[in-house]
Amino acid sequence: MAKPLLEVRHLKKFFNVAAGTLHAVDDVTFTIEPGKTLGVVGESGCGKSTTGRAILRLLEPTSGEVIFDGVDVLKLNKKEMRKKRQEMQLIFQDPFSSLNPRMTVSETIEEPLKLSGMIPDKDQRFTRVLELMDRVGLAERLVNTYPHELDGGRRQRIGIARALATRPKFIVCDEPVSALDVSIQAQILNLMKQIQQDMGVTYMFITHDLSVVNHFSDDIAVMYLGRLVEKAPSEELFRRPLHPYTEALLSAIPLPRIHNRPERIILKGELSSPINPKPICRFANRCPYATDICRQEEPQLTEVAPNHFVACHHVKKQA
Amino acid sequence: MENTNTAAKREVISRKEFYKKFKKKSNAAEIWSRFLKNRTAVVGLIIFGIIVLLAIFAPLLVSYEEQAIKLDVYNRLQGPGNGHLFGTDEVGRDIFARIIYGARISLSVGISSVAVALLVGGILGSISGFYGGKIDDVIMRVMDVFLCLPDVLLALAIIATFGVSQINLVISIGLSFSPKFARIVRSAILTVRGSEYIEAARSIGAKDGHIILRYALVNCMGPIIVQVTLYVASAILTISGLSFLGLGIQAPTPEWGNMLASGRAFMRDEAYLVIAPGLAIFFTILSLNLLGDGLRDALDPRLKQ
Repeated sequence: MAKPLLEVRHLKKFFNVAAGTLHAVDDVTFTIEPGKTLGVVGESGCGKSTTGRAILRLLEPTSGEVIFDGVDVLKLNKKEMRKKRQEMQLIFQDPFSSLNPRMTVSETIEEPLKLSGMIPDKDQRFTRVLELMDRVGLAERLVNTYPHELDGGRRQRIGIARALATRPKFIVCDEPVSALDVSIQAQILNLMKQIQQDMGVTYMFITHDLSVVNHFSDDIAVMYLGRLVEKAPSEELFRRPLHPYTEALLSAIPLPRIHNRPERIILKGELSSPINPKPICRFANRCPYATDICRQEEPQLTEVAPNHFVACHHVKKQA
Repeated sequence: MENTNTAAKREVISRKEFYKKFKKKSNAAEIWSRFLKNRTAVVGLIIFGIIVLLAIFAPLLVSYEEQAIKLDVYNRLQGPGNGHLFGTDEVGRDIFARIIYGARISLSVGISSVAVALLVGGILGSISGFYGGKIDDVIMRVMDVFLCLPDVLLALAIIATFGVSQINLVISIGLSFSPKFARIVRSAILTVRGSEYIEAARSIGAKDGHIILRYALVNCMGPIIVQVTLYVASAILTISGLSFLGLGIQAPTPEWGNMLASGRAFMRDEAYLVIAPGLAIFFTILSLNLLGDGLRDALDPRLKQ
């Protein structure tokens, strides 16, 4: 097993709200190996995006460690962190709001290069901008257009070029295709895959679209209400989901066939509140297998098979 | 066209040469054409333009020393006409000359005091709106205290402390208007603070000052520009008010407010003494207000529909 590029340990992000403490990310631990893609899935509000932003310190985590390339980024001061950001980037979900409306395509892509001071010569820097535009498939005639003149797919390409500008090792992709048309989704995903092959970047790919994540990821992490409930290599997870939530999630993927459809597992009940959660299994009130122990103790993430981690009392017994 | 596999290295290209091929479009032309459709705003612009031109070219039209300052008691209190467009005042100075030289003072002091207010209030408001939290609370509560005082009173207090002079006038009006600009800039910043492009700027390692200037402020300039024009009008009115009270521009320097004050004694028989500066103030304020309203509509077409 290669040395991980990113190691997240006991990451917590709590928000103080009027009703108490909202546990958006609660004790999340995982690793990503260099050049690989970790898909993070879960329903809305389960803390996927918050985890991504906490790793990049766009939201200051409450506690935990984020060891990137051997350095705990949470311990860096402001200046060191700004430097570190060249190596860890973010691609946003919404290409309509994540670009400064007053900056042209080339200005937007040039901005990270300018800020990092990597290429002091203006013409060389501009040439690099054009190379990046080639790289993500933006025609050079678009250099001086503004984002509002372009469609969603092109805007997302700008966002990708901006993220790639400083040659980062690691990119958090926060649902990069969910705001796009299905036809354009495939283009963007292929582009991102191509970039990974060429540049060897590591992705943390946040999504709620399981069919996307299956094709894209080497490992998949499933989150539920701020907790990591299962993490396994993609194939393993799809073949043998162990957590009841993962099972239900996978059964919800629409399959293009008429006969012999698998039974869908319909979850009953509501998400329990992430505000001041009790130390019990957070999925217990919706889980078809829940027993007394689930309502008394919080299950911890344990390795039940090689590289297959699950946080469920019942799986432990099986294994 | 959009081939993703052409990621080859490029020859170094001059940006200037390249930009010639693909020109940058500006949206100023679009705003200008929207502005022109608004008739009252164009009237405002024309009146304001005339006043500005008269102020700029005043030395070509009349002589400051000979007509606006020098006493000529033989020709005192001449009615309008007869070589004196607006007549002469109680010591025989040409009122038209004094009006257009007064415009120079009113406009320059008005604009520079709003510039001071925009700078001071803008910095405080940006910090307050951008950082929020305790900093915001402290700054805005202090601003609230100043907002409680009427601006003329605040300006009076500052002038009373530091003495009467044109610079002090600019500073005092500027400072007394700052809390208003702090509020305006703060609320403008708040509308864009949560935007994803601000977060994106942070994620590429931009410093806070850079984010405020290049990402936040440029995207909320509209309401700020509009308020600037409206407050220039307000500042001109305040200057005239202070000069009327004898705390602004001092005689013999011509200023609309002190012209009103000195003409007041003769108002019953020689009404033109106060009508001329009164109309000057009136048209300046009116034109700036029309201009401001027109700019608001042109900068934000959503408001009008």
